Amino acid sequence: MIKACIRVLSLLFAVSVISFLLVSASPIDPVQQYINGLGTAVSPQQRAEIEDYWGVNEPPIQRYFSWLGELLHGNLGESAIYRRPVGEIIGERFVNSLALMFCAWVLAGVIGFSLGCVMGMFQDKWADRILKKICYILSSVPTFWLGLMFLLVFSVWLKWFPIGFSSPIGVLDEDVTFGQKLYHLILPAFTLSLMSFANIALHTRQKLVDVLHSEYVLFARARGEGRRTILLRHGLRNILFPALTLQFASFAELFGGSVMAENVFSYPGLGSAVAAAGLNSDVPLLLGVTLFSALFVCVGNMIANLLYGVVDPQVREVVE
Amino acid sequence: MKKINHRTRIVILTVMMTVLLVAVYALGAMIPDRAVAGSFLNASKPPSWEHPFGTDALGRDLLMRTLKGLAVSMTIGLCASLISAGIAVLVGIGAAIGSSHVDGVINWLIDLVMGVPHTVLVILISFAMGRGLKGLLIGIAATHWCSLARLIRGEVLQLRSQQYVAISRKLGKSGGWILVHHLLPHLIPQFFVGLILMFPHAILHEASVSFLGFGLSPEEPAIGIILSESMRYLSTGMWWSAVLPGLTLVLLVLLMDQIGEYLRKILDPYTAQE
Repeated sequence: MIKACIRVLSLLFAVSVISFLLVSASPIDPVQQYINGLGTAVSPQQRAEIEDYWGVNEPPIQRYFSWLGELLHGNLGESAIYRRPVGEIIGERFVNSLALMFCAWVLAGVIGFSLGCVMGMFQDKWADRILKKICYILSSVPTFWLGLMFLLVFSVWLKWFPIGFSSPIGVLDEDVTFGQKLYHLILPAFTLSLMSFANIALHTRQKLVDVLHSEYVLFARARGEGRRTILLRHGLRNILFPALTLQFASFAELFGGSVMAENVFSYPGLGSAVAAAGLNSDVPLLLGVTLFSALFVCVGNMIANLLYGVVDPQVREVVE
Repeated sequence: MKKINHRTRIVILTVMMTVLLVAVYALGAMIPDRAVAGSFLNASKPPSWEHPFGTDALGRDLLMRTLKGLAVSMTIGLCASLISAGIAVLVGIGAAIGSSHVDGVINWLIDLVMGVPHTVLVILISFAMGRGLKGLLIGIAATHWCSLARLIRGEVLQLRSQQYVAISRKLGKSGGWILVHHLLPHLIPQFFVGLILMFPHAILHEASVSFLGFGLSPEEPAIGIILSESMRYLSTGMWWSAVLPGLTLVLLVLLMDQIGEYLRKILDPYTAQE
């Protein structure tokens, strides 16, 4: 347990060092970008003051430690494009992203698991073959293109869903109802879940096929149990938790997918924030979101590891 | 007619698909810049015989742009996956035959790269390199080696416990000799299959990151840029500029995936005789 914690902390520390190094190595001058963002002319003297205030001319190591010190106090700096504390922006956007990712995650899990069960039960029949083809094709489709196609079909042609944003245009933030938010969430969440269910479905299928070929299932069949009872008694018990573990371990792909989906649907979450930060050279925001995404993935992996121990007695004994 | 067995059929199919792939690449690479020059006279035209994919808002032929973009994407994808597969082999062998400390460090490194979502990492690296082709290439190369490295590490660990390796060692052969004569020949199929299956992923990532606006400059005919432009005209009813280039990309990726699968079947001794 302690070892796992040390590992996570060391990984997060390394992520902070590497992302800081990468950002400092960038030839794009953040000060110039900041000044461009101000929209007013800046005299050389003022520019020097800004540089001084930001500490641009200090050595990178010193800058890193002052950044890390502030980070440990909970201060992530101020975003250059939004002119607000990065922590605040991440908190606000993470709620949006979390809603999106959670919906997609649950949807992908449920669809993937049930399709996986269907494929496993009807191994090598037409249903299995068609679904397997669909899964393989979907894993070759880029998320953003699928999002574009959904936008085209459902928003532009059928006009069922809005083109983007998490709330209607021209309505104040406070006036947005829960229903409206949900309505704007459906399309991106659906896109994201379609991108990630293939993996879980194929995994579940394989597991179920293995279980159905085992000797205890042969024995159960000899006792006269029907297909349904076999699935409920022997199948689900063996495949549910591995599938759940896999779902938790897929947080990295989920986050990566949400970056794409949010940008296509102009959904104001972390994903669109990181793209905007990268394009507009908003260094504090870029660093903040990177660290946060690493933390997010770490949490997922940790849950997956813990679940693994709970489910698999062999792993549990090794740990103990 | 002479009966063709399964293996020969797969070999023929693989060769045909590879020829198709190379043809698409060559076609895209040979298209002169003149062909993608725009003229405002035929801007935003839907697909016709003259322009099978239609034209974009600047009057550029979309089929030509798509093919040219695919060639650019394939070049980047190929370079990035070659670098990535090279890293994977080095790291995988290093982890498997080095001391336990080396193994620990490499596993930690893999966890580190897998711990940050790839899209975010590529954005970060692209930012560090000042955007453009180089950043894209390095970003994609730096993020795709992990799973292949794990695979190769497992493979080498398994090979090392084989009896013939133990005998070889007892006969006084050096570690380097065993590596070259016993381990590497086994890894060659793994390497090629891994490389080819990595290739479509690299292209998809390239397209995604270009779509976000990192990577290639807007004048280049990259597939991600065509699609990100098409998004702006989506609500005006220019469906063809989003559907057709994307569909071509998906078909190309499926083609490459299939070649990889077939190659695996041919090279893998367990399925080679089916």
